[in-house]
Amino acid sequence: MLGYIARRLLQLIPLLIMISFLSFLIIDLPPGDYLSTHIVQLQQSGGDIAEEQIARLKARYGLDRPFHQRYFLWIWRIVSQGDFGRSFQWNAPVAEVMGERLALTMVISICTMIFVWVVAVPIGVFSATRQYSVFDYVFTFFGFLGLAVPNFLLALVLMYISYAHFGVSITGLFSQEYVDAAWSLGRVINMMQRIWVPVVVVGTAGTAGIIRVMRGCLLDELRKQYVVTARAKGLTESRLLFKYPVRIAINPLISTVGWLLPGIVSGEAIVSIVLNLPTTGPILLRALQVQDMYLAASFVLLLSVLTVIGTLISDILLAYVDPRIRYERG
Amino acid sequence: MSVDMNNVERSESQADGSLDVSKEKYYMASQWQLMWWRFLKHRLAIVGTAVLAVLYLIVIFAPFLSPYATNTRFAAYQYAPPQRIRFYDPNDGFSLRPFVYGLKGTRDMETFRQIFEEDKSEKHYINFFVRGTEYKLLGLFSADIHLFGAEDHPIFLFGSDRSGRDLFTRVLYGAQISLTIGLVGVFLSFILGTILGSISGFYGGVLDTIIQRIIDMLISIPTIPLWMALSAALPRDWPITQMYFAIVVVLSLVGWTGLARVVRGKFLSLREEGFVMAAQYAGASDFWIITKHLLPSFLSYIVVSITLSIPQMILGETALSFLGLGLQAPAVSWGVLLQDAQNIRTVAHHPWLLIPALWIIVTVLMFNFLGDGLRDAADPYST
Repeated sequence: MLGYIARRLLQLIPLLIMISFLSFLIIDLPPGDYLSTHIVQLQQSGGDIAEEQIARLKARYGLDRPFHQRYFLWIWRIVSQGDFGRSFQWNAPVAEVMGERLALTMVISICTMIFVWVVAVPIGVFSATRQYSVFDYVFTFFGFLGLAVPNFLLALVLMYISYAHFGVSITGLFSQEYVDAAWSLGRVINMMQRIWVPVVVVGTAGTAGIIRVMRGCLLDELRKQYVVTARAKGLTESRLLFKYPVRIAINPLISTVGWLLPGIVSGEAIVSIVLNLPTTGPILLRALQVQDMYLAASFVLLLSVLTVIGTLISDILLAYVDPRIRYERG
Repeated sequence: MSVDMNNVERSESQADGSLDVSKEKYYMASQWQLMWWRFLKHRLAIVGTAVLAVLYLIVIFAPFLSPYATNTRFAAYQYAPPQRIRFYDPNDGFSLRPFVYGLKGTRDMETFRQIFEEDKSEKHYINFFVRGTEYKLLGLFSADIHLFGAEDHPIFLFGSDRSGRDLFTRVLYGAQISLTIGLVGVFLSFILGTILGSISGFYGGVLDTIIQRIIDMLISIPTIPLWMALSAALPRDWPITQMYFAIVVVLSLVGWTGLARVVRGKFLSLREEGFVMAAQYAGASDFWIITKHLLPSFLSYIVVSITLSIPQMILGETALSFLGLGLQAPAVSWGVLLQDAQNIRTVAHHPWLLIPALWIIVTVLMFNFLGDGLRDAADPYST
């Protein structure tokens, strides 16, 4: 087991290097940068900006260096000091701007994961054991629908319904009095009251997918001989179901975290823009629009890294639950 | 997620009773025939195919079917609600010719919003094959005949938008971009995925490792932030066609990975087969073996895989355009149309702005039905 974890951790290193390079490359690729736009704006509005000052600003943000130097400098500072560079737009260290937002994104993503599992697994089991029943058809239908409705649309429709019929706005993660308040028990409770909206919206597609996987896996298991044998020996239906088939059918589910988690993080990004949540989405969009490159690159990097780590944890979990995995890939 | 939901159709096909009669036919049939029969059994897939056929006909004939051009403005009718087509009028009774009532605008003095009401005294019959703005069908034939139009009054089947443009027209034109972007994107992904997947699976070794690591990386980055970053890198001032292809490239840069995995997996299992070795000993080149022997043997799986990724592309374009990172006005796509629905107050007063969303949902649903049916049909020997 330890050997497996060590091997997976080693594999992670080249992946992380590639991801960091890609994040920086994409952000750095487009012509122009925040500073030049800013300088042009300043000059247009009549403000005269000295050459010397421009040079100083450029040096401060590292814009006077070639691409590869900037990349290595950026990475080096992240690794050695946890410094992600400065955000032009906020005129503050990137880490400061990201801090709470990234944490909230993680909270929402984890809650969504839990929500998806808690809802999808029982429904999947129920659908599989009552194949072709009305219940099964209803959920099959909802499953299809859940996959077809993009989550930002779902967010829009929910917002519309709650606004038009109840006069309540469900945007944001905190109510008015808690928006700028420091963290306290009240603020957490306040957040919990509102967090279900993004969780449900982001989780729908994942739930639909997991129900299908769970149902399919369990159906495959239920057709196997050992189930017939167990039934012939007179085991009660519930024991028969939960003793082995459900446990085995859940295994592949753990490996779905690999595609579920990127989907959730990605869905969270766009849903939070629609619902105007104080998470990474809106800031990332804004940073991309104004080419605030260190901020945008750090967001893309950290969102990806978090996803990769989440996937790794799920893989280790899978190896723990299912010993065959550990030996499979030698 | 290769789980089928269509055991229903399967068990029905067995319970058909006609199996004994058609047994001989079954054993004589070619693989493609079997697939076709299996596909026909899948009712949802048939529905999906039919609806999609209609949608793509709409794409081709959008200029003819829509009463106006995308930029035709009716300044007096901003945010006009959808009009109902009627056949019955309390005064005149039933009329075989459909008509709409005129719209009368009043201004709400408190909110200063224009509010439209149906003016029941004003009847405007709908004329068919009317002359209107000139357009080019398929970029070839010039014409100015539109399927319908109302007499002396604009007609808004889906209402109008902020600047008084007909939403019905814009939805139909939007279909041209939204529905084709998935096809073009999938075509690109198909080429990328098949080539890289083939190389990876057929040759193995270092190349395989490199390609697999790239796929791992692309899969682990959440798509929306990646798409956002890539499309934010595109210059805003590009013309529509250039932007269209750029978005397609962005979407397929991420989208090819799934297909490459399918192709690679199939190659790994097939390359040890006897017929490959036979071809090798007979002196066939690698290219010949891949294109003539291997690819055709799992073409059906590729078809399934790409059908299921078309809706992903459509949703991707919609999401990007919705965020303002994809296509920009004056281009019209369903995502661009939904930009108008971003403000919740606007939507609350003018809910018809969400109509493009319905079209998106139906399209994606139908592609999923079709893909599901194809997946069932792809393996006609399973029971």
